[in-house]
Order: sequence, then C-alpha cells, then structure tokens
Amino acid sequence: MSATISPSRQPTGRITNSLTSGQLPRLIEWYVLAGSLALSAIILALMGFNIAGWLVLSAVIYLLALGILSSAVENRRKATDRVIRGLVTVAFLLALAPLVSTLITVFANGIGVINWDFITQTSASVFNTDTLEVTTQVGAWQAIVGTLIITGIAALISIPIGILTAIYLVEYATKQNWMARTVTFLVDVMTGIPSIVAGLFAFSLFTLIVGPKAFSGFSASVALSVLMIPIVVRSCEEMLRLVPMDLREASYALGVSKFSTITKIVLPTAIAGIVTGVMLAIARVIGETAPIFMAASFTDNFNANPFDGPMQTLPVMAYTGYKFPGQDIAASNASAWGAALLLVFLVIILNLIARIVAKVFAPKGSR
Amino acid sequence: MSTPGSPQPSGPAKKVRAKARPADRIFLGLSTGSAASIMVILAGVALFLIIQAVPAIVADWPNNSDLKSGPTGGYPNFWAYVGPLIWGTLFASAIALVIGAPVAIGIALFISHYAPRRLAGILGYLVDLLAAVPSIVFGLWGIIVIRPFLLPLSDWLNTYLGWIPLFGGQVSTTGSTILAGAVVLAVMILPIITSISREIFLQTPRLHEEAALALGATKWEMIKLAVFPYGRSGVISATLLGLGRALGETMAIALIISPAILVSVRMITEGENSQTIAANIALNFPIATTLQREALIGTGLLLFVISLAVNMLARVIAGRAGKGSQKKKKAMLAQLPPSDPSTVLAVDDVLAKKRNEGTVEHAEAAAVDGSPSEIDEEERKGKDA
Repeated sequence: MSATISPSRQPTGRITNSLTSGQLPRLIEWYVLAGSLALSAIILALMGFNIAGWLVLSAVIYLLALGILSSAVENRRKATDRVIRGLVTVAFLLALAPLVSTLITVFANGIGVINWDFITQTSASVFNTDTLEVTTQVGAWQAIVGTLIITGIAALISIPIGILTAIYLVEYATKQNWMARTVTFLVDVMTGIPSIVAGLFAFSLFTLIVGPKAFSGFSASVALSVLMIPIVVRSCEEMLRLVPMDLREASYALGVSKFSTITKIVLPTAIAGIVTGVMLAIARVIGETAPIFMAASFTDNFNANPFDGPMQTLPVMAYTGYKFPGQDIAASNASAWGAALLLVFLVIILNLIARIVAKVFAPKGSR
Repeated sequence: MSTPGSPQPSGPAKKVRAKARPADRIFLGLSTGSAASIMVILAGVALFLIIQAVPAIVADWPNNSDLKSGPTGGYPNFWAYVGPLIWGTLFASAIALVIGAPVAIGIALFISHYAPRRLAGILGYLVDLLAAVPSIVFGLWGIIVIRPFLLPLSDWLNTYLGWIPLFGGQVSTTGSTILAGAVVLAVMILPIITSISREIFLQTPRLHEEAALALGATKWEMIKLAVFPYGRSGVISATLLGLGRALGETMAIALIISPAILVSVRMITEGENSQTIAANIALNFPIATTLQREALIGTGLLLFVISLAVNMLARVIAGRAGKGSQKKKKAMLAQLPPSDPSTVLAVDDVLAKKRNEGTVEHAEAAAVDGSPSEIDEEERKGKDA
C-alpha cells in the first residue's frame, strides 16, 4: 500500500551537502583578513613601509577580496552583505584611531613637562642673582586654580537651576503646559549654542554692567553656565523619568505632600543618575576653551579672585601656549602640552567618578 | 505622563483638595522660576549680543577711524566682512560632515547591529569618550598629527585631481589647510552623530527586523528594509545636530587653519582658505579695539542665528516623526534621544545593565516589575502622546 516515492535518479559522483553548498567556510573572513594584511605588507615593503598605509591598504584589499570571493562562490546579495559588514567594522576602527592617537600624543608630549614644580608653581620670569640671567619658569598653578574656581562657580550656578528645572518638567508640568513645552524645546536648542557665543554673551553682559575691560573669572563662569545648564537639565530629566511612578503614588497614597515626596522619595531614588549626569556635565565644560578665552581672557599672573581681572585656565593656557607663545617658543609649546595633559587627567578623573557613582549608588532592588 | 500631584476628581462631586503647605508653594515657585530662567537666559543671550553688535553693524565702515584699520580694515560694510566668514564656516562644516557623517552612521550600525552584544556597551562607551576629550586637545593633536599626516594626500590630490577647483591652487607645505581643520572637526562631530544614531537604530522594533530576516533577507537587506526607514528622520536630525556642533567649533580651526577672509573653494591651500566665524573671533578678539570687538560680536550673533536655525530644523524634523499628527504614524518612527553625548553617557552608565542584556530578553525585563527599562519605554512613548 505504501506509495513509495523513489527518486527518479540517484545522485552520481560526489554528494554535496545541500546545507553548506554555495557558502564560504565559516572563518573565511579571518582567512581573508590575514591574507590581505600579509599581501599589503609585502606590497608596502617594496614601496616603503608605514603603519597607516599598511592598515588602509589591507582594508581595501580585504574588502575587494571578500567581495569578489563571495560573489563568485555565493551570490551578489551575500557579497554585498559581507562587504557592508566589513565597511561598518572599518568605520568603527577608523573612529578608534583618532581617540588612541590623541591620547598617545597628549601623553607623549605632556608627560615630560609635568612634574611637581609645574603643578605647584606659577609662570614667571625669574632673575637669578648669581648668574644675572632671566629665566622663564613654567608653571600651571595659576591655571589649575583658575580652572577649578571658574568651573566650580559655573557648577554652583548651573546645578540648582538645572535640577530644579528638571523637577519642574518632570514633576510639576503637564504635557499640554505651554511653558513646559517651550522650556523643553529651548533646552534642546540651548545644547546647540556654539561655545564661543556663550563667551561673547558673558563678555557683552559684563561690558554693559561693569564697563570695558570686563574680564573676570566670574564672567567666564556665567558663560560656562549657559553651556552647562541644558546638559544638567537633560540628564536630570532623563533620570527623574526613570523613577517608577509606583513610588510616587505610594507616597501620595500615604498623604505625603508633594514637596516631601520629591525630596524624600524621588530625588534619593534618582540621586546616582543625577550625580553621574552632573559629573559628566562638569567634565564637558571644564575643557571649554573659547568661552573662557572670551570672558576671562588670559594671564600668567596668579589670580584667585574671580571678580577682578583676567584669570588663567588650563584650556586657555594650552591655546595661548601655541597661538601666542612667549619669547621661548619651545617652552611655551611644552607648557601648552603640559596643560592639555593635566586637563585630560581632570576629565578622566571626572568621568571615572561618574562611572563609580553610577555603579555604587545605583538604586537597588531593580536588579 | 500623568501629573502625580493633580487631584483627580473621582466619583462624588465633592472635590478633595490637598492642604497647601508653605514648603510646597516655595518649591513649586523655585522650580517654576528655574524653568522660566531658561527662557530668560536664552533671551538674554540674544538681547545682549544684539545690543553690543548693533553699533558696529550700522557704523560707516570706510570712514570710521576704529574700523578702518586692524582686522576689520578694508571692508565697505559689516555684511561684506561677515559674508566670507559665513561661507568659510559653512564650507568647513560641510567638508567635516561629508567626511564624518558616513563614518559616524557606520559606527552606529556597527555598535547597534554588528558588534557582539557583550562588547557593544564597551565599544559605545569608547566612542562616547571621544566626546569627552576637550576640543583644545583635538586642536593641538590636529597641529602635530593631522597636518603632517594629510600632506602626502594633499600632494596627491593636487597632482592628479588638481583640475577640480577643490584641490587646485598652490599646495600647502605646512598642512595648515581647511582640509586638516575639517578632518579634526569630523572627529569631533563623530560622537554626537554616533550616539544619537545608535540610540535610534536600537529603537527599531524587533519584530520588523525578525520579519525581514524570516523572509530570507541578509543582514544588510534587513537593515535597509527595517532599520533605515524607521530611523531615517532621527539620523537626519543627528546629522544636523552634528552640523550645529561643527559650525560653532572654534579652537581646532583657530589653531590649524592659516586663514584669509575670502570666498574660496580650495581645500588644500595655505593662506587662501576661507576663515570661519568662530575662529576669526578667537584670533582677533584679544587684539581688537572696542568697535572692532563689537563687529566681532556681530559676526558671533550671526553664528548664533545660523546654529540656532540648524538646531531647530533638526528638532523639527525629529519632532515631525514624534508628533506625526496621526497616532498611527507615531509608532512607526524613532524618537530622538537626549542629544548630548554626555547625557547619553550618563543614561548609559546608570542603565549599563539593561544595555548589556539588550532588547532580546523581553521576557526577563517584563518579569522584573517596574524595571527601569520598562518605565523608560513607557515614558518615552507617553511623552508625545
């Protein structure tokens, strides 16, 4: 009874595995990569070797070889897929190159300059009474102090305004509220203000209030605040929105007032995120050069009074060291690199603190 | 999002009002005041720039003793001075965008769809780190690394493609070209475009992707069919936001380009490159006299207007995706995440766990009641409802 369906003809010759036929081997991409690296190394060895050229040529050979191989063995669709995968990976590696290169360059050029004297001394001309020579003393103490003061004041202005605005947007405003919509839109737009415009704003403001030559550290702080407030608002807003609505409702159900709910329930829950966001905002503005340069100008003198006179900061020191070098150009450039490295250290430290805060103080319970 | 505090009149007509406490009032006032101060600040920026700029804009440039000499000398009026600067700004940013945007979108795709899931979080963090590097450091890096690096390329371009106006002219020997500046700008805008595009690609509905794959699409076809259409407006907005950043970038250009104030399309010449507004201000501000400073502030005002327009355009394009007038359309397009990389970074840090687990584990996320990821989704969806 069984209707047998016998194959009309037996396969002859080598039996091909229909599941893998028409496919390249699984690790083919690595083989091709190794091959193209070797090939381009050989080609460049004949023409003069350099690392960048080697990597670029390898990438080109790899993409071509893979594309041709795949379209020969597989089909055009798969070939496109493989080439795109390669292109996307190359794009990513391409982005890492500047990051690595920048960090290496800053360390290589800056590390020789940084020592205890550089950090603790101010720049000055020193008259040696024995040899009767005037030597330039390089130091960044005035810039370190200036950076900390200016960024500190900017943080003092921005953090309360930023957090309170975020609270308003998340806790008080309704969606239909015109003010909430306007503020959300303006905050978004404010993130796009060019930093130099913020500097010009502070300069104009203080010129009108104080009069001409209104350079001061406080003016730079105001400029930085304009840049920092939107960042703080956006971070805090995101963090507050992450707080589960259940917590608030539970609090209200117990008859707790809105003020107490926000300060005792919502803020403590979101505090890790808020601190992280604030830290990253500080890290963002601490490296701003243009607004500080406009508003606080630059100086080699030590000035710890933010309300009077120009103030030096690390980013501006790095800029002026290159653009307006002193008589000893090499020394100016060197101190610029020293300042840049110190700045990178500060930014890295702030980023690390932010990460640690996020890790350690993250709200528990939600796994 | 419903307002938690507003008492909902329910059932009986008798309205129960919460007792008003002084602390509540004060806190409401404080937070509303802060929100209002944002409007005041932005208005203030525009107002003070206008006040300072107007004297120079209306001044009689050829006959003004102050404006006749120095950086502003030799121009019939303010607009003749600022015109080439605007061109230079747009030109440098455009080159940066042409170089940077495709790479940035590629990186975003790599992180969201190609990289192993375990690595994706770390790789994304690495790219975000690019945003943390201060711009002045990139400027210095551009001087000693990018300038010499591009010299052979410039020579080659000039020799073989010199008939194209872009690559024409006398090739720079130091490398202080607008091309070098634009390359550094491209590096700076990478993290912005990448972080926003990445968030948008990650929002692609899982079902769209799986449907495409189930129909036999390769990964790239799946991305073309499901990911790009969903994220298109978001990616365009991201690119515009990157453009906004490039327009206002000062230090890299000021340090690298050896500029002139003229309209030129040459990319690899020295001293014949168009200057940008921001760099021009940074270079001339310290040496300018009062009225010249006001002229510079005038150019800054125009930069403010341009970048504001670009940013608003970006928001409007993204907003159209969000608002969409009809409800159905809304679900079809991605939402723009917080634009600033540092905000994305902060959210990433706090939600690191969620990001690593990825979107695959829907069931698990659902099991944990009120997990951040869920709330996040709800909030984002509800925001524009």
